[in-house]
Amino acid sequence: MFSRLHLIPLLPLLGAAFLILFGRRLSRQVVQTIATLAVFAAFVISADAFFFGLPEVVHHGGLAQLVYSWFSAGNVVVDLSLRMDALSGLLCLIITFIGALIHVYSAGYMAHDHDYPRFFAYLNLFCGAMLILVLGDSLPVVFIGWEGVGLASYLLIGFWYKENANASAGKKAFITNRIGDFGFLIGMFLLFRATGTLDIPAILDAAKTGNAALLAPLWWGQSVAFWAALFLFVGACGKSAQIPLYVWLPDAMAGPTPVSALIHAATMVTAGVYLVARMSAVYMVAPAALAIVAIVGALTALFAAIIGFAQNDFKKVLAYSTVSQLGFMFVGVGTANFAGGVFHLFTHAFFKAGLFLCAGSVMHAMGGSGDITAMGGLGKRLPWTTRVFQICWLAICGVPIFSGFFSKDSILDGAFATEVYGHGLAWVGPFVGAILAVAALGTAFYMSRLYFLVFSGPCRADEHVQDHIHESPVSMVFPLVVLAVGALLAGLVGVPPALRELFGKHGESTIAAWLEPAVGAPLEVAHRTEWLAMGLSTAIAFSGIGLAYLFFGGGYRAPAHAFVQRFPGLTALARDKFRVDELYGFLIIRPLQTLCRVVFLVVDRILIDKILIGGWAFAADLGGRVFRFFQAGDIQRYLAVFVIGLAVLVWVAARPAVPDDVRVTVEGNSVKVTLVDSEAITGNLTYAFDFDGDGTPDRTGQSPSATWTYAGPARYTINILIRDARWHTQRTLTRDIEIR
Amino acid sequence: MPGYHYILVSLALFFIGTAGVLLRRNAIFVLMSLELQLGAGSLALLTFARGLGDQRGHVVAFFLMALAAAEAAVGLAVMVAVYRTRKQIDLDGIHELRN
Repeated sequence: MFSRLHLIPLLPLLGAAFLILFGRRLSRQVVQTIATLAVFAAFVISADAFFFGLPEVVHHGGLAQLVYSWFSAGNVVVDLSLRMDALSGLLCLIITFIGALIHVYSAGYMAHDHDYPRFFAYLNLFCGAMLILVLGDSLPVVFIGWEGVGLASYLLIGFWYKENANASAGKKAFITNRIGDFGFLIGMFLLFRATGTLDIPAILDAAKTGNAALLAPLWWGQSVAFWAALFLFVGACGKSAQIPLYVWLPDAMAGPTPVSALIHAATMVTAGVYLVARMSAVYMVAPAALAIVAIVGALTALFAAIIGFAQNDFKKVLAYSTVSQLGFMFVGVGTANFAGGVFHLFTHAFFKAGLFLCAGSVMHAMGGSGDITAMGGLGKRLPWTTRVFQICWLAICGVPIFSGFFSKDSILDGAFATEVYGHGLAWVGPFVGAILAVAALGTAFYMSRLYFLVFSGPCRADEHVQDHIHESPVSMVFPLVVLAVGALLAGLVGVPPALRELFGKHGESTIAAWLEPAVGAPLEVAHRTEWLAMGLSTAIAFSGIGLAYLFFGGGYRAPAHAFVQRFPGLTALARDKFRVDELYGFLIIRPLQTLCRVVFLVVDRILIDKILIGGWAFAADLGGRVFRFFQAGDIQRYLAVFVIGLAVLVWVAARPAVPDDVRVTVEGNSVKVTLVDSEAITGNLTYAFDFDGDGTPDRTGQSPSATWTYAGPARYTINILIRDARWHTQRTLTRDIEIR
Repeated sequence: MPGYHYILVSLALFFIGTAGVLLRRNAIFVLMSLELQLGAGSLALLTFARGLGDQRGHVVAFFLMALAAAEAAVGLAVMVAVYRTRKQIDLDGIHELRN
């Protein structure tokens, strides 16, 4: 039991609360220091827990802490418990380390924004929520973090909310994520129904031991595990911007650039990959779900890369690149190569955060514009930014030695080598591997295009902007340099076994060994396949860069213009993002709006406004009109009504009450007759019973019942005369009986 | 039952009073008819008190006398006030409670 785990998410959350409450009264320096220190302290605690608890973190199920029992209802017990194993620990380190760096960067980037307390409060809120997400030990706790990062993302995308487009982008991100969250919830419910628990370790144990309820068929012959895994993946698709829910991420670039770097590149968008890796055991018993994950990831990787070819906004290119790289990660986890997927997540966090921060630095220099058609030649003007961008660019292209090479390579290896799918789906591995190879070529191409258009050749900006170009302040350059070092060296934790042998080391890579207890053993890949994949990646990276140089080296060159002229439709389509937004608008949003309008008109306007509200108003009005007629104002008419009412009351109270029901019971020859007054009004009554029908009463008196014995079987008529002495009224009741 | 006829007289008085209250147009006559109704009530009370030998009826009859006097005083005062403002005391012309 490690008792400081709760401090990791708590410190940033406290920072957020403090800055929201008191930030406006504090100076810029104080706000920045508090926000950065909160995240940095979380980093120190994470690192302390991770490295000093290393054997336990890796091998004994991780450090766990029960903060408190959140709620229990019936047999649902949900504890607010945290666990740091190798997977969540690694994520914690990434989040807090890069988060702290981006806080430092933001201090420089947001130096001219007057709303800095709100910005840093949201950043802290995001870090806290993200840490809850990765540290949560039960699905509801993870879900809190999941929603928390969604909220922080929404708030930060729409940070400059006065621009309508920014606010819309925030809403789009939030709503698209909500669609995914519904999948997360359904998956959670399915797992709970099958295993009866929401604790992640218990669910994973159930999956590992082959729990019968988890493997039982649910719909269309597929197991509960398959559907749970699939629905969780729907949630992951929303958060991690995969087809078909990727549309929000490019729009999310409306937020400040540090936000894009932290949330929409390095951390939050990888939550989906984390979720799949976290629930690895469940996915392992549902190979079909894994195949879907891998195919969706591969298609997304390729599709986003193609869109990336034609984008002209610095951050949009990086956004599609992020979508594409997330596709790579999903192929990693989707081929049961969980360590590979998480490894790419790890390296991607460095180089993509670095690329985004470079974008921020460049846009800072260019007066806020991200239009790469009006850049070029920035290499000499922004020396530090350029160096950092070069390193990150080579890393994402997959040039050997740089971190992206190792992680991308391990994913490609895994795709070709995986045997998780069984016979029917064996084609999936090579299929996604081939797609990924093309997507990797695309990655190298569009990233190189970006590099050449921005940093090489002559500058295409107008002179006023050119005069303004300057290197960013130290607070922005420092995080860039740190991230560049990370982008350069982070791959060394994942050097593949074939390469390790050259250095006299054996066995799996460091990161795979760390992650093995959390996500299962890494794939066994033959050394030949590994060398082949490495050669292939290297060739792909260099050919992509070379191709881009032919097109864009030193600015737009002849082949680029020729290509656009040759295929104007294709370029326009890619530039318009294949009009997917328009497609969704036509297929989903427009029908939904029409439905909403119909519901609004029918339910709101007619049912509620007209009938339920207007109806009552009309009834009250009608009643008023009718009763107003009686309010003639003439006191004597009122009195007349009063007198009539009084007369009615007197009549009801004093009217002659006479029994109206006769009950006859026959026993042999004797008969008992009882009169029943249904209104139970007692009066001063006398009864005369004539049993034999001769006209003279046989029994008289005040008792309402009488008995008589007949001589023998025959039909008889009983007459009963009831007299009311008070009103001098009388009534006769008659009954026919038969004695047998 | 002894005093049976007194009850009949009382009833007759009450109905005459009621008819007067409901049908007369002049407010003074309506007030007088009201007095008639109260008198009918007093007569009935006294009759039953005597017939049943219960003294409470007498007590209530005394209360009724005081009540009738008070009612006449207030009613006449109201009528005087109405006459001062409207120059008439015809109940058909007083519709302040209308609608």
